[in-house]
Amino acid sequence: MQQVMFIVISAVTLISGALVVTTRSLFRSALWLVLAFFGIAGLFVLLNAEFLAVAQILIYVGAISILIIFAIMLSRGVMDPETRRFNDQWGVVAGFTAVLLVLLVAILTRVQWPLAAGAVPADAIQRLGADFVGPYVIPFEVASVLLVAAMIGAIIIAREREN
Amino acid sequence: MLSQYAFIGVFAIIAFALPVIGLVMAWLLRPKKPNPAKNATYECGMETFGDTWVQFKAQYYLYALVFVVFDVEAIFVFPWAVAYNKLGLYALVEMVLFVLILLGGLLYAWQKKALEWH
Amino acid sequence: MDYVLDFFVNLGRSWTTWLGTFLPEWGVTIINYLVGGIILVLMPVIATLTLTWMERKVIGRIQNRLGPNRVGPWGIFQAIADAVKMLIKEDIIPDAADRPVFNLAPILIAGAAALVWAVMPFGKGVIGVDLNVGVLYLVAVGSITTVSVIMAGWGSNNKFALIGAFRGVAQLLSYEVPMILSIATVVLLAGSMSTMRIVEAQQIPFIFVLPVAFIAYFLASAAEVGRAPFDLLEADSEIVAGYFIEYSGLKFGWFYIAEYGNLFAVSAITATLFLGGWRGPFSHQAPVLGPLYFIIKTVLVVFVMMWIRGTWPRFRIDQMLGFAWKVLVPASLANLLWVAIVLKIALPTIVQWALMLGGNLLILVIAAGMLGRAAKRHAEQRNLAPLSSGAA
Repeated sequence: MQQVMFIVISAVTLISGALVVTTRSLFRSALWLVLAFFGIAGLFVLLNAEFLAVAQILIYVGAISILIIFAIMLSRGVMDPETRRFNDQWGVVAGFTAVLLVLLVAILTRVQWPLAAGAVPADAIQRLGADFVGPYVIPFEVASVLLVAAMIGAIIIAREREN
Repeated sequence: MLSQYAFIGVFAIIAFALPVIGLVMAWLLRPKKPNPAKNATYECGMETFGDTWVQFKAQYYLYALVFVVFDVEAIFVFPWAVAYNKLGLYALVEMVLFVLILLGGLLYAWQKKALEWH
Repeated sequence: MDYVLDFFVNLGRSWTTWLGTFLPEWGVTIINYLVGGIILVLMPVIATLTLTWMERKVIGRIQNRLGPNRVGPWGIFQAIADAVKMLIKEDIIPDAADRPVFNLAPILIAGAAALVWAVMPFGKGVIGVDLNVGVLYLVAVGSITTVSVIMAGWGSNNKFALIGAFRGVAQLLSYEVPMILSIATVVLLAGSMSTMRIVEAQQIPFIFVLPVAFIAYFLASAAEVGRAPFDLLEADSEIVAGYFIEYSGLKFGWFYIAEYGNLFAVSAITATLFLGGWRGPFSHQAPVLGPLYFIIKTVLVVFVMMWIRGTWPRFRIDQMLGFAWKVLVPASLANLLWVAIVLKIALPTIVQWALMLGGNLLILVIAAGMLGRAAKRHAEQRNLAPLSSGAA
């Protein structure tokens, strides 16, 4: 049963991912991206990583796809029905995507992946929290610095554009 | 735990099927008489003038960006909150540092008027 | 008698055993999923039917008039009349609308409104699924609403709908942060993200320990649902019905159901997080009373929201967004840190709670003081008569 779910969810994710780059309307490709994000969340659930699944939906669907859609809107003329932005190179892109798919499958099936033994512990989220302030505290703090840096950078660029 | 998400999956299918069923019912029941006046875009009762093109203010993008930053911060807070009772004082100190850095960013955005609406 | 005391759980068990006598185990599971799913999916629909009536009566009384009273005794069938009307109205799709996107938006938003009910703790053991990440699931499903708002605005091919959608999304995003932060504070106090365990951790309802988190969550969720005083987008005098302007018939109906379903859902979440959910007198001996207490508390919160809608003036969009980022977010962060600090002080729980309450009240006083001073400064800038001091 789990195999079936895995195949279905992976198919959804991969197909919507391919549609992101080959769809003709920019807005629609953003929507396909949202579907791909949902698919990834489903994959996280299948891996028993429920916190990551909800975090994926919360951040990617809830925030980042909105950001991407807003960025699309910022490009001028996207809403003018006469010049609806069309993806003219979709043929080339589709071909390239197919080549990339074959390449990735070939590589991924040949690598010996180190598999962690045992099941996911029941208190996975507590361990995650403990690890944030324990062994991985430096990346944790650096993450906050990175976030603030991104925010400051974007504000500076936006302000410059206005002045 | 996986069975819990199986329920969510089934529930999601039902939850999205309900509006579809409702809309199909409505499609069967309602009149269909399109005419150009009804199908035209609504603009306070007048004819539309100009294209459907709006100047998209960069302000919207800034709100979305600050939101992304604080959303990610909140995601970091949750596992820490769940594990908090079993951790020592260092957990508190490190989170205070984390939050203060982000508060600094918020203050910067506030000063630079990135949070104003023009 | 014992059976009745824990009626819902025992009913579920008897039903499952009865099904087990003639179905294989996977059959029983599927049937249970379907039954549970259908019952929960009907929650937003029931909410709309009852709450719209309640709202029109309550607002009517606040405005010194009667509200609907023609369709059935006290107008209780008004909602059904409205539903029938929406079903049979013509569905007008504007010319250059992006059809799949246009049609998908109401389906997504109505589905999201139904999905939240999977983790609502109606009573001890009476819940859809008790996810380990329950409250985070609630917020995540709420973010699906944001995407469907943009889809509605875009799909309508109407610049008013688009502007309305952008403003709506800006409002939704801005208030999601204080919402998540106050939920995080409750999670910190309860030590778990599971809705069931948060209710069980409330020996005293958290509203008495974390009033700032309660206020922040209450206001933020009112803004998320689009209720007054944050209903800039749907207000009658405003940008003409915002992002769902081009929707007619049942598609508009689904937006409406989603709104009232969300209202009921956030009231239920408020009751769960801050009012003790299904806890109440004798709820330990007779767990069957749990859902009753839960519904009563939820309706109470709904009533307060309707009361506020009928009494407070509306916010302007810049005031609204400024309030979210400059008042609610810093207050929620300060509250989070204060609770974290207090929890690390080794004192009996009651004393810890009292300290948290004290800190919360301090935050409230500071916030009110700063708001009062900002208001006075604003009034003086516009050369209005100075407000009598006493703005604490």
